[in-house]
Amino acid sequence: MGNGTGIGKVRGLGSAGHGSQHWISQRVTAVGNILLTIWFLISLCLMPNFEYETLANWLAQPLVAVSMILMIACLFWHIRLGLQVLIEDYVHDAGLKLGAIILLNFYVIGTATFGIFMIAKLAFTGASE
Amino acid sequence: MSMGQSAAGKKNRPLSPHLMQYRWGVHMMASIIHRITGFILATAGMLTLVWWLSAISAGPESYATFQSYVVSAGDKATGLQTASNWFFRIVALGVTYAFFQHFYSGLRHLVMDMGAGFELKSNKMWSQITFIMAFLSTAAAALFVAMRILGV
Repeated sequence: MGNGTGIGKVRGLGSAGHGSQHWISQRVTAVGNILLTIWFLISLCLMPNFEYETLANWLAQPLVAVSMILMIACLFWHIRLGLQVLIEDYVHDAGLKLGAIILLNFYVIGTATFGIFMIAKLAFTGASE
Repeated sequence: MSMGQSAAGKKNRPLSPHLMQYRWGVHMMASIIHRITGFILATAGMLTLVWWLSAISAGPESYATFQSYVVSAGDKATGLQTASNWFFRIVALGVTYAFFQHFYSGLRHLVMDMGAGFELKSNKMWSQITFIMAFLSTAAAALFVAMRILGV
């Protein structure tokens, strides 16, 4: 950020060129979330009961496990984009903002990976007897 | 440009959104509630969902632990479990409302992203509808949980 010429003053302050991609991804994941959460809610409503055996055998099915993994991935991607906007809008200190964005990435990637791993583990090893 | 960017000038310039200058409206409410509910879903909602999934994946004992703290511990409930059950009932009600509110106002945003629904009357009407639909859906979900899971 220079302080000489006009362009020197604004360089680095404006658009990074990633805004449109961020905006579009937010909407695409929103549409994905609509479809996947409707599937999830209908599945819960149709569940005969909420005992361990019922849920574990349901979740271990390939199509259910894949849909659930997609739902976790899509939700957390949407969360990453959305909370990034909240941080950028409400955290004004540059250092705090950077720290918050790093924490957000750790939270989102960590929690999503854990969730996806646990679904895959159940699908690969099957429900306990 | 140079005067506007000076340290003294910067302080006095109007900032957007200039909240105190607006008359309150339901569309503003829908907008800020969309952000707040998004934050609730991202934290409380997702952590509970991932806990639920991992408890099922980890086996019957883990799922029983999840149930005893989140849903109900039955007749032999400890004080901590009873308190935890009520805590999670309130959290679940809040997260359920947050889900439906974010869902419906998200739909409203997708419509507005196409450039539709900005006329004053229709914008106000659709904002109100998101709240009405969210309350009705939350009530339906609470009724479902009360009848199917808690056995009321």
